[in-house]
Amino acid sequence: MSTLSTPAGAPPARRRTPVRPARVLLHVFLAGTALAWLAPLLWAVYSALRPYGETSAKGYVSWPDTLNLDNFTNAFEQSDMLHYFGNTLLIAVPAVLLTLFLSSMVAFYVSRFDFRLNLALLLVFTAGNLLPQQVIITPLYRMYLLTDLPGITASGKLYDSALGLVLIHVAFQSGFCAFVLSNYMRSLPHELTEAALVDGASAWRLYWQITLPLCKPAMAALATLLSIWIYNDFFWALVLISTGDNMPITSALNNLSGQYFTDPNLVAAGALLTAIPTLVVYFLLQRQFVSGLTLGSAKG
Amino acid sequence: MATDTPTKSPEAAAVPPPRRASGTGRDRRGHQRLLTRRDRITLGLMAGVPTLLHVALVWVTALASVLLAFTTWDGIGFDSIKWVGLRNFTQLFQDNPQFWPAVEHNVIWFVVLILVPTPLGLFLAVQLDKRIRFSRVYQTAFFLPVVISMACIGFVWQLVYNPDTGLINSIIGANEPGHYIDWIGDPDLNLWAVLVAASWRHTGYMMILYLAGLKSVDPSLREASALDGADEWQTFRSVIFPTLRPTNTVVLVVTIIEALRAFDLVFVFNKGAQGTELLSILVTNNIIGESSRIGYGSAIAVVLLVISLIVIIPYLIATFRKERRA
Repeated sequence: MSTLSTPAGAPPARRRTPVRPARVLLHVFLAGTALAWLAPLLWAVYSALRPYGETSAKGYVSWPDTLNLDNFTNAFEQSDMLHYFGNTLLIAVPAVLLTLFLSSMVAFYVSRFDFRLNLALLLVFTAGNLLPQQVIITPLYRMYLLTDLPGITASGKLYDSALGLVLIHVAFQSGFCAFVLSNYMRSLPHELTEAALVDGASAWRLYWQITLPLCKPAMAALATLLSIWIYNDFFWALVLISTGDNMPITSALNNLSGQYFTDPNLVAAGALLTAIPTLVVYFLLQRQFVSGLTLGSAKG
Repeated sequence: MATDTPTKSPEAAAVPPPRRASGTGRDRRGHQRLLTRRDRITLGLMAGVPTLLHVALVWVTALASVLLAFTTWDGIGFDSIKWVGLRNFTQLFQDNPQFWPAVEHNVIWFVVLILVPTPLGLFLAVQLDKRIRFSRVYQTAFFLPVVISMACIGFVWQLVYNPDTGLINSIIGANEPGHYIDWIGDPDLNLWAVLVAASWRHTGYMMILYLAGLKSVDPSLREASALDGADEWQTFRSVIFPTLRPTNTVVLVVTIIEALRAFDLVFVFNKGAQGTELLSILVTNNIIGESSRIGYGSAIAVVLLVISLIVIIPYLIATFRKERRA
């Protein structure tokens, strides 16, 4: 499902009308709105590029004398941002892989083996994914505090550990993924797996060697989407991590902004730095991201 | 695979059905009849492990929220859990000065999102759907805020709203002492200020959903309408919009859920200070604040849960019923 509009060079539909004033007006409107849409971000970039001394002397709305990347390097080095990016990586990579692995297994099961409970199972998964996180956080927080894992996590508990965050991400996100993947798998021809089964292939081979390779497009879309979602998560880590040093970057930003980012220019630089990885992923994998987002919803 | 029978007990699935005389027509329940014992175990684990994790962390905790809402608990030993009936709820409804404002703000959040960014997103989608040049560039611009984390958006908008150094006050000259407009702190203003940021993001999201919906509109409908002499607005109103019904349902549900989930943006913006209280903020403050009351926090969560389920359950039932027919 390609949701992005026609590629720029697409052949025009039949008789293409010459330039109409209405079209020009539409372009002016769209370009203006798009620019207005980017304005807050551009403002942040502009503030981040200017030295604090200059902006405090001349005011923030003023012509720049100096533009440099000092705020970015300062924000990055002073707060040891690399460390927090590392924390995020440690959480996001296992969480994305595990979510895809587990949800594809559930999807395989409900789409290939109609074991009566398939709708109920999907319903439970999907409904769980739609709940606001705050509905479950109070007991979850207590559960994480009461779960002792001596020697497994540094904190000795699920609380304040990367493992705890990975688990809740996987549990929460697998609902959406199972729903999307089961729809996708259902569109694969049934005869394919049926034939393999008749030939004596095991259920695991059916899943691992026959079904999964065919799901690559959907998996790629979901992987992109999950990476961005988990990277952007703020809430789980805010509540379930207590040591500032263990925070992933998005949640750490809140602490750092009080400790290290002492002026608005540094705050702007720090916030923008955290957005860079998502933007890179988005620009590289735009198609996957958007198709993933509409894959689940266009069905409903 | 339209003929499943989800009404039967799930346990039945684990037990292999009695071997029927094979060859009596095709068993409509997928590949089940071809499975060996080992396959059944494999499949049980494949479906069971993820389900167990999901149910344990999402549904058991949701249920625990409901149970704990009727108790007090110090969180240390299970024997200190005491049943208090509806006391948490009466305290919440009657004595908490933040509760009703929070409910009101959640409602306002939804109403604003559905009335402003949603139609705007639809409008943009309709414009961008017209084989227009640079469509992708425009889409990228409108969609960019959806990709960035809510936390980051909170910081970016602080730079716009900051009373001393922010863009707005600097431009309108309200950054002088005595002329301050405190967009972030003033309880009459801050909800609207943060809603501008939320709408900014929501528009792009809605645009993408509607663009996907518009792609599935049969082009011949449009042509037929044009041949009948309908103008653009008439075509949209009586031909295109009615066919977008499935998308509208998704949009409605997504918007309600977003309004209930709203948290990160407000927390970064002003920690949910007076004027921007939300149910999600109250729950969280009860945990990370100084005086954590488990039963009381759970009672707020239950309010959130009930509202969510009122939306989620009918939606999912409708969705899955349609799937079964399909």
